[in-house]
Amino acid sequence: MSKRTFSIGGVHPHDSKISRGCPICPLPLAPTVYISVAQHIGAPSVPCVAVGDKVKVGQVIAEPGGFVSAFIHSSVSGTVKSIGPRPDLAGRPVTHIEIAVEGDEWADGIDTTDTLITEIPSDNKAIVEKIRLGGVVGLGGATFPTHVKLSPPPGSKCERVIINGCECEPYLTSDFRTLLEKGEQVVVGAAILRKVMGDVPCTIAIEENKPEAIAHIREVIAKLGYDGIEVMEMKMMYPQGGEKQLIDAVMHRQVGSGALPISVGAVVQNVATALAVYDAVQKNKPIVDNSVTVTGECFPNQANLLVRVGTPLRYILDYLGGIPADAAKVISGGPMMGRAVANLDAATVKGTGALLLLTEAQTRRGEESECIRCGRCAEACPMGLEPFLLQKLSRNADVEALEANAAHDCIECGCCLYSCPANIPLLDWVRLGKGLAMGAIRARAAAAKAAAEAAKK
Amino acid sequence: MSSTIIWTIAVITVLGLLLALVLYLVAQKFKVEEDPRIDEVEKAMPGANCGGCGFAGCRAFAEAAVKAPNLDNNYCPVGGNDTMAKVAAILGYEVKAKAPMVAVVRCNGTCAVRPKVNEWGGTESCAVKAQLYTGDTGCAYGCLGCGDCVKACQFGALSMNPETGLPEVDDEKCTACGACVKACPKNVIELRPKGPRGMRVFVSCLNRDKGPVAKKACASACIGCGICAKTCTHDAIVVEGNIAYIDASKCKLCRECEAMCPTGAIHGVNFPKPLDKDAIKERIKIRNQKAKEAAANE
Amino acid sequence: MEKLLVSPNPHIHAPVSTKTLMRDVIIALIPAVICSFVFYGWREILLMAVSVASCVLLEWAITKYMLRKPSTIGDLSAVITGILLALNLPYSTPWWVVMIGAVVAIGVAKMTFGGIGQNIWNPALVGRVFLLVSFPTYMTTWGAPKGFVDAVSGPTPLGAIQEGLMQGASVQELTSAFNYKDLLFANLGGSAGEACALALLAGFVYLCCRKVIKPWITLSIFGTVALTSLIFWGIDPSRFTDPLFNLLTGGLILGACFMATDYVTSPMSLWGGVIFGVGIGFLTMMIRYFGSYPEGVSFAILIMNSVVPLLNMWFHQKKFGRK
Repeated sequence: MSKRTFSIGGVHPHDSKISRGCPICPLPLAPTVYISVAQHIGAPSVPCVAVGDKVKVGQVIAEPGGFVSAFIHSSVSGTVKSIGPRPDLAGRPVTHIEIAVEGDEWADGIDTTDTLITEIPSDNKAIVEKIRLGGVVGLGGATFPTHVKLSPPPGSKCERVIINGCECEPYLTSDFRTLLEKGEQVVVGAAILRKVMGDVPCTIAIEENKPEAIAHIREVIAKLGYDGIEVMEMKMMYPQGGEKQLIDAVMHRQVGSGALPISVGAVVQNVATALAVYDAVQKNKPIVDNSVTVTGECFPNQANLLVRVGTPLRYILDYLGGIPADAAKVISGGPMMGRAVANLDAATVKGTGALLLLTEAQTRRGEESECIRCGRCAEACPMGLEPFLLQKLSRNADVEALEANAAHDCIECGCCLYSCPANIPLLDWVRLGKGLAMGAIRARAAAAKAAAEAAKK
Repeated sequence: MSSTIIWTIAVITVLGLLLALVLYLVAQKFKVEEDPRIDEVEKAMPGANCGGCGFAGCRAFAEAAVKAPNLDNNYCPVGGNDTMAKVAAILGYEVKAKAPMVAVVRCNGTCAVRPKVNEWGGTESCAVKAQLYTGDTGCAYGCLGCGDCVKACQFGALSMNPETGLPEVDDEKCTACGACVKACPKNVIELRPKGPRGMRVFVSCLNRDKGPVAKKACASACIGCGICAKTCTHDAIVVEGNIAYIDASKCKLCRECEAMCPTGAIHGVNFPKPLDKDAIKERIKIRNQKAKEAAANE
Repeated sequence: MEKLLVSPNPHIHAPVSTKTLMRDVIIALIPAVICSFVFYGWREILLMAVSVASCVLLEWAITKYMLRKPSTIGDLSAVITGILLALNLPYSTPWWVVMIGAVVAIGVAKMTFGGIGQNIWNPALVGRVFLLVSFPTYMTTWGAPKGFVDAVSGPTPLGAIQEGLMQGASVQELTSAFNYKDLLFANLGGSAGEACALALLAGFVYLCCRKVIKPWITLSIFGTVALTSLIFWGIDPSRFTDPLFNLLTGGLILGACFMATDYVTSPMSLWGGVIFGVGIGFLTMMIRYFGSYPEGVSFAILIMNSVVPLLNMWFHQKKFGRK
């Protein structure tokens, strides 16, 4: 069988997985951590501790602020110093809970041993509740609360759980290391997920540039004797790790515009999320840390670190020897979809998967020139959009045409700008256009809802 | 030879007549009955088609104005009271005169007082920049300096000052159409009454951070200290959320707040004389003393 | 590191720019240029130098003094226009005629529309057609080659056949004068760039391998020309020339590989490109068989260039998850 990949577009950036040989090692605790209450998509959580409180590792410090929201746990033990706004990595003020670290005392009931527990609880509801209480969110980037994903709306049926181990972004190696070092836990996590979704088959999708991981996970599945979980070797292609692209690649089904993966019977969870599910369900351990790749050609001390949530970025970089003189940009995440850090005093969140340092030459954008209509952006777009057209419409704020040309389908993967020979900032504009189109769609939906309600009365 | 000429003339004449007939019939068939006043109103408009009135252009405004029962919701900011008087005369409506407005940039975080803390490497667009982060200075509220407002202005009234990194409004050219207000993602630009002979006082800052934080980001930020509100004898200044705001309708242009502001965030423009801080401070001091004495006497 | 650089994603860029793409096209043209030198000698190289120099200089002057924009000559597109223009002319064309061609190509066809990316028609072809219409004598005089191999001079094969057909000869008699090996390796007369079909095809393969162009436009032109001529030739071989002859003559290869595939003036989508190519192939054959010009490629490409905006409007890529 030939290796699968998604059907439209995609690009081949050099994979640059230079930190693939670095085992995940724990980062020493920072003296102070700053835990954001907005670490997930949806309503921010509400702090439930007060200044001066003593907290332990794994203790709930903020409760969900809505249905699509998540618990937040203290990642350290110590004293709550303050609760208030603090700039995040983009400089925007977000409420953070500041905790001064004192020792490393874990909350009761959390199993901190390494023993592998393969016995899965029988009650699905209890499992989902444990996942909810563990504050598990999608760690692949979108940080969507996992328990919401595992509770599909009535009428929809899950046919396959896909564990996303593509890690198609260049440089990133934390999922790869997790697969190698915590393969058993990931596989048990996958088994839990497929059980919750109704004993559906499960596919662990791994790209071909990680043969060690593919072999290891196959071995683990055989060792644990799980049926219904298979490893699929994927062709290398960015953005394979995109939810819609991965479903297309694995199941040959395309999720419609604005629809959820469950509409085609798929539930996708990242490798790190599967591990978090294992920890939450089998070990009662909420998300208090996550593995972060710190890398870049200009950065000598590459590492995959296990970092407590809320550790300041500057602390991580200083631990590894500080920012080298020739680094120009620090990126939280990969080079294609990561966010440039404007504020190094910002703290990590659950979804922080990497810190990437790039030099001026690697990352400075070239000068913009005229579009030569080569069509490379349209060819690269995995959603089949036409960025050259959308960027023009966006500059003219032509909302109707933006919507007609599906600007709101954009997944912001960056393939268009990556491949544009004229260096036109396509994604910058398309993202703005996407916002305009989404706004129009939402406004219409709201108006329709209001009209329906008015009609009822 | 002559027959050629005659034939030519004859053919052209017949052709001309035929086509004229066709044109006439078509015009009759597709004739649209329109209120003739729409044309009249449109003629009275400035013809900039800027959309400042909230309609798609001058013609759209004219159509709406003719249909509307009064002119309360239809006002052409570009033409101002003169144009509206003309429109009102055509339609037989009354129109309330409005104070002429002008765009005011409420940020004085120049490059000198508001140092850059990172370097922007994306598109030169405030909208794109605002979508990503709070900007390349420590201030999350001020001007982003990419000139979206300048690009939005059809009248050439805005220009970026390369030295300060801030946009500047040319009062003469500004028509208060509001395009720049809409274009600014940070809501830095406000339409304010132009004031007598263009004189006006306003708070040129939007930083809502607490004093020390604001001050650290920008030396001339409003720190919300409230001195201006205490000084003002006309009750025109409100300090809310660490930021002062001057109500133009109450401001008497005494410039006392401007003199007292510790960071220089309050700006008075187009005054004939430069601000004499010492004289005003002296005046306030004497007034406060008298008030104290009066209070003590009671 | 003084200040952190901040920009939206993506933070890396593919090693490709307008300049590298254009450089690849120039590299792809080198075999054809060498062949034209071998067959037509130094004069051809001189002609090309004049053409390239006038195109580049003119673009530089127009951007600097008329448009007052940053110069665009660095992207090398003017160099390509210059080379293509020279390859599209007989090597005996006087230098001043070439310069007029360059003025029309760059000044009229490219810069009046706003420069690279904005023009509707392929600049080099507009230049060529302008010269063809304005200076038919120079453009159809194929002087004796002064190259390094024995090439036969004379009218172009297609010109000869049209001439012959008018005099009542049959196609079979006329084509027997040419052998296909000559056509493939060394054209008998014609524009300098047609000197060697194999050299042009090598360039085309290079461009496809480097993923500079997609082959579908070129292939659909070849396919349509072959099919159309097969049908007509099958109906009456004494009046209509055969498919192989049509593929190898009249600048079809040069046009299909290098002119029709110009990014700016060709459609972006796959099906748009295919229709574009079919249109060019069909129009070329119609002009060759029934038109007054013996060679139709230039006209066919220019006509289809005009349709490109429509094709771009009609044919879109298939969007993900939509019908």
